[in-house]
Amino acid sequence: MAAVRPVAFVQGLLALLAMGLLIAVFMRSDMSVLLVAQNSHSDKPLLYKFAGAWGNHEGSMLLWVTILGLAGAAVAMLEHNLPKPTLIATLGAQAAIALGFYAFLLFSSNPFARLDPVPADGAGLNPLLQDPGLAFHPPTLYIGYVGISVAFSFAVGALVTRDVGPAFARAMRPWALGAWIFLTLGITAGSYWAYYELGWGGWWFWDPVENASLMPWLAATALLHSVSVLATRDGLRAWTVMLAVVAFSMSMVGTFLVRSGILTSVHAFAVDPKRGSFILALLAIYIGGALVLFALRIGTVRQGRTFDLVSREGALVANNLLLSVILGIVLIGTLYPIVAASFGVQLSVGPPFFNKAAGPVALALVAIMGAGPLLRWRRDDGNELVERMMLPIAAAALAGAGVFIATGGIAILPFLGIALAAGLAAASVAPLWKRNLRRTPLFTWGMVIAHLGIAVSLAGMASESAFTKETLVAARVGEPHRVGPYIVRLDGISPVIGANWSALQARLSVRRGEDGDWFVLRPQSRFFASPPTVTSESAIATVLDGQLYTVLGAPDEQGRWQLRLWWKPFVTFIWLGGALIALGGALSLIGRVRRERKASYREAYV
Amino acid sequence: MKAKHQRLTLALLAVAAVIGAGLLALSALKDQAAFFYAPGDVAKAGPPVGRAVRLGGMVENGSIRRQPDGVSIAFVVTDGVATVPVRFRGVTPDLFREGSGVVAEGQFNADRSFIATNLLAKHDERYMPPQAAKTAQGDMHETKTLEP
Repeated sequence: MAAVRPVAFVQGLLALLAMGLLIAVFMRSDMSVLLVAQNSHSDKPLLYKFAGAWGNHEGSMLLWVTILGLAGAAVAMLEHNLPKPTLIATLGAQAAIALGFYAFLLFSSNPFARLDPVPADGAGLNPLLQDPGLAFHPPTLYIGYVGISVAFSFAVGALVTRDVGPAFARAMRPWALGAWIFLTLGITAGSYWAYYELGWGGWWFWDPVENASLMPWLAATALLHSVSVLATRDGLRAWTVMLAVVAFSMSMVGTFLVRSGILTSVHAFAVDPKRGSFILALLAIYIGGALVLFALRIGTVRQGRTFDLVSREGALVANNLLLSVILGIVLIGTLYPIVAASFGVQLSVGPPFFNKAAGPVALALVAIMGAGPLLRWRRDDGNELVERMMLPIAAAALAGAGVFIATGGIAILPFLGIALAAGLAAASVAPLWKRNLRRTPLFTWGMVIAHLGIAVSLAGMASESAFTKETLVAARVGEPHRVGPYIVRLDGISPVIGANWSALQARLSVRRGEDGDWFVLRPQSRFFASPPTVTSESAIATVLDGQLYTVLGAPDEQGRWQLRLWWKPFVTFIWLGGALIALGGALSLIGRVRRERKASYREAYV
Repeated sequence: MKAKHQRLTLALLAVAAVIGAGLLALSALKDQAAFFYAPGDVAKAGPPVGRAVRLGGMVENGSIRRQPDGVSIAFVVTDGVATVPVRFRGVTPDLFREGSGVVAEGQFNADRSFIATNLLAKHDERYMPPQAAKTAQGDMHETKTLEP
């Protein structure tokens, strides 16, 4: 058993070597490799040759196992607090997951398959993927997915050795936190990418591929909160293990949805039923195996400590239940059409379903979120809680009244969103009230900032949906048009040549109000030669209170050009909030790791 | 509260939450599951008036009429079984053209015409729901998203 650590370590290094080699053949445009010929082109910019290594099915699966291998190596190197049998069982579970994916690569997705005769040049990368955001987006999400697999392996390890308790929770927490941070960043970046690159002005589509990353995030968020209860209060033992299994299942379901070719989308590269069944088999083995282990062992997990319903634990249980409800709704909405299709029924579930079903639950969750940090552990007094909630409730009421007076009434969901966002913001910073800020632990700051981030995001979403102004015109050169507070004038259209594209570019002169300063925006319509594609490049002006978003459309016979203009007040708050949430997670992680280290030194020297 | 009782209460709460979620999802699904329509479905069952739905099919050859305002078009969507007239105000997707697959998002009027708020086109690097790929024959390419 002494070899377990080095083996895990070497495995990680070898996977990294394979990924490095794949990147090298992409950088050199080695067209004798089938994958390069299919997905790359020698005149592609260097960044996209590099990122093109994972901009396809095989390469992205290799990246997946590389991160998985490196995560296993990191557990082997860094984890010294767990009892040895638990650590070995954990690494074993991790290796079992990796084994399945190595088999998947070898038998159905070989990234290094050769091509003979060697073609003169490659087919090129989908121009939509030729964007810096896309170069970093998949690795970010994969680190998140794989981090969850490590949390799952810890849960399996703890079940195998019947060692479910605070020590296991403390070992698992940084991995769950790390995974969650990367998922948050990945989802935020993906949303912003869709918003500016696709030119449709929307930031969330409820696309199954988006849902595939949202579902593990929801489960990881629940896990993060329940693992805290287990680590600090020794409660929710069985529930935490169950959540780890669920979170990993969701990241596998996500991989299955995106990688099996069951969906058609820019993300779904493969349309090969063999691959789909392979991943489905892996999914069944891992989730089924984990559930069987859970069922066999959960009886031996002893009851943790108890708590009153009105308490921090109680609020966290409510948080977990509501997150699970949202997860259930998203899962049903995402899988229902696929299940129906297998019975020959064609149907599609769209944004109206998700908004209607998940929206109200999400708002209830926000209300619980405001109360949770203001509650004491173990037991609290309901009346005192109401007193502590007075300020946030006042903030929500004030914001609601303000919006009502300023606008004369808006739709109910955005209205509640703005009011709750104000209340949540006040409730989030309330735990800092009357505290010595310099001695406040880093993880408390993390919680405050992450919750504040949710409030900021929510405010952005509500503002975007309630106050967006839109103008659609067939513009003549020189004519001014209004959108929100802005005046936009088309100055002219000119051709532009890029690295591997050419474009028609509009020059728009823009100013805010009649006496604002003029500035210029340049939206484009871009043509790519290989593969032949047209994309719209929006031009966006970001100011303190929102964004002006411009898209160039088609010309008509009278020399007019279609222009689509949006004024989106505070839309940037959506992604700013996402960044704050991730920052809060990072602060928590640093704070926790520091404290654990101190604690383990203390134990070592008593 | 005793430990056993607490476990029981939490378990009951969890069960209640799951059932609640299921009911919520089912009631929303009942309203929204039939979200995608082909012209043939409309001919058979009548249009779902006034509800946000998707209509998928091919743009009939010779049917696109650009309106004098420069930003509106009218066209006809067909699936070989029936046709639906569609009106749309906005920037059409880059590869929206006659004889090509299209998914329109919007609402039916009582007279079976369709007012689209979003168009998704074939061969365009935008999202195309799989249903549309099946409805419109030929090589529908993978695509992404909603440009109105």
